[in-house]
Amino acid sequence: MNEIIRVNNLTKEFKEVKAVDNLSFSVREGEVYGFLGQNGAGKSTTIRMLLTLIKPTDGTIEIFGMNLQQHRKEILKQIGAIIERPDLYNYLTALENIQLFAKLSGIKIPFTHLKEQLAKVGLADRMHSKVKTYSQGMKQRLGLACALIHDPKLLILDEPTNGLDPQGIAEMRNMIIRLSKEQGKTLVVSSHLLSEMEIVADSMLIINKGKKVVEGNVKELLNPEYSIVELEADTETALNFIRNSEWNKYLKSVANHIIRLEFNKDKIPDFNKELVAHDISVESIRRIHSLEDYFLTQTKD
Amino acid sequence: MFFTILRIELFKIFKRPRTYISFGAIAVIVILVQLALKVNGKDFIELYTDSQSDTFEIPYNKILNGYFVCVAVLHMILIHVPLLVALIAGDMISGEANLGTLRLLGSKPITRTELVLAKFSASTIYVILLLVWMAVLALFGSILLFGQGDLVVFKEMDWHQMNSYDVLWRFFAAFIFASLALTTIAAMAMMFSAFSENSLGPIVATVCVVIVFTIVQQLKVPLFEHTINPWSFTTHMLGWKGFFYVEKAADGTTIDGSIERPMALVRSGLILLGYIGLFMSITVWHFRKKDILN
Repeated sequence: MNEIIRVNNLTKEFKEVKAVDNLSFSVREGEVYGFLGQNGAGKSTTIRMLLTLIKPTDGTIEIFGMNLQQHRKEILKQIGAIIERPDLYNYLTALENIQLFAKLSGIKIPFTHLKEQLAKVGLADRMHSKVKTYSQGMKQRLGLACALIHDPKLLILDEPTNGLDPQGIAEMRNMIIRLSKEQGKTLVVSSHLLSEMEIVADSMLIINKGKKVVEGNVKELLNPEYSIVELEADTETALNFIRNSEWNKYLKSVANHIIRLEFNKDKIPDFNKELVAHDISVESIRRIHSLEDYFLTQTKD
Repeated sequence: MFFTILRIELFKIFKRPRTYISFGAIAVIVILVQLALKVNGKDFIELYTDSQSDTFEIPYNKILNGYFVCVAVLHMILIHVPLLVALIAGDMISGEANLGTLRLLGSKPITRTELVLAKFSASTIYVILLLVWMAVLALFGSILLFGQGDLVVFKEMDWHQMNSYDVLWRFFAAFIFASLALTTIAAMAMMFSAFSENSLGPIVATVCVVIVFTIVQQLKVPLFEHTINPWSFTTHMLGWKGFFYVEKAADGTTIDGSIERPMALVRSGLILLGYIGLFMSITVWHFRKKDILN
């Protein structure tokens, strides 16, 4: 698959704060790319740089094989976006809003298509109502309709499920899957709802404090055969044992009296046996099995 | 693309209820002034002619015609219109930031310069429409209510009298000049708007600047008369009055089609254009490099 986005050594500094620090990643055509991180990790800043809302301090962004700074208009014509909340003109109707954004997209769109697009997101009956009378879920659907009106190749959704009720979240999730699988669109989706990402994303990037923690295929990262194991025990003795045994090659980190190793889940009983055999009192051995655990593990200070 | 954005900006302006507050306010003020002059017009003229009324007979009824009332209306309300202009222009960029729509606009395939210039052009069109509305009400409304005649304008101890056939072009020119003056206010409000993330700040800042410079101008102390006032935009905003001050022949009669100090008007116009250029350059420069965070 072709690369749609290639980001190299992207950095953004706000006075004393480095919001994004030397970040590199790539998004392939047709995939749903999950962008994960805790609040303040630098997700929104990165997404805003992809949309030219924020100027990078350093680094380059290529989208559709073109440099974003040099081919801004050409690239943005092919991108649809929702940035955090779908803030629209509340004093205008849904039809007026979508009409306005259609004109700004730089592509001629027939009027009938605008109505069809509103019907697709379930707003046919309310298209003449002012947006200020809409619920958050309806606004989100209208925002999505506006983002899709010019049939963009790439869709960037920053926290698209923010403020939605469970039904709205499910609708948004289905919409993302449909856009990717049925229409072949490439999506970059950021969210703090990791369980959602686990369902919709093909690849993902986890960032923490503006830095890349891990990037890869979601299935590979969550391979049940290859687990992260957290050991709570007498740290000094346990570490001494691990470092002087074959387990040393699986050792990943030690923090707050927790020793973290990566190995096949089948090895856990053997590992436990050996710890006991070496008189190491084990408080707990825990296998991290969900993306959420993985995410929390990777982004923990 | 510029004209597409301009049409969109005008559409947004005229879809907002607050836009019509200005039109409503102008209508109310003009009608109130016309009503007051209809009832107490003689008293109003006496304010200016009191010292001369003992020397010769003042033809109050002839002076109090539609043209005179229109000039009186302009004197009374043009000083307040900047507030109404700031209400719209001060909200053009910061209002979008506050609403969250600026990031949607910023991620569209339009340049930021195009966006700022389209917004400024939309504000200018709004200013012109506001003045056309004022002209219709103040000029044609007053002519309907008070009739036509020669125009008399008081300037300190001087009377400037213009023949009725020599008046309409002066109003036309004065309205164009007032448009330029109010566009200067719109440009300043837009500049403040580009630096702000909320709607109220730029509106208040614009009004404060106008008030401060107006006070400095009215103090008439030498310190300011020779330093700030010759270059203050509030001084030159009042240049429209110059179209109603005429040259006199040796026998004291008015020279038709004349203006007392034409070069002063040209200078004022150029200074206002300079301010517009300065304010808009700062706006474009800042907005192009601005990080859109809201």
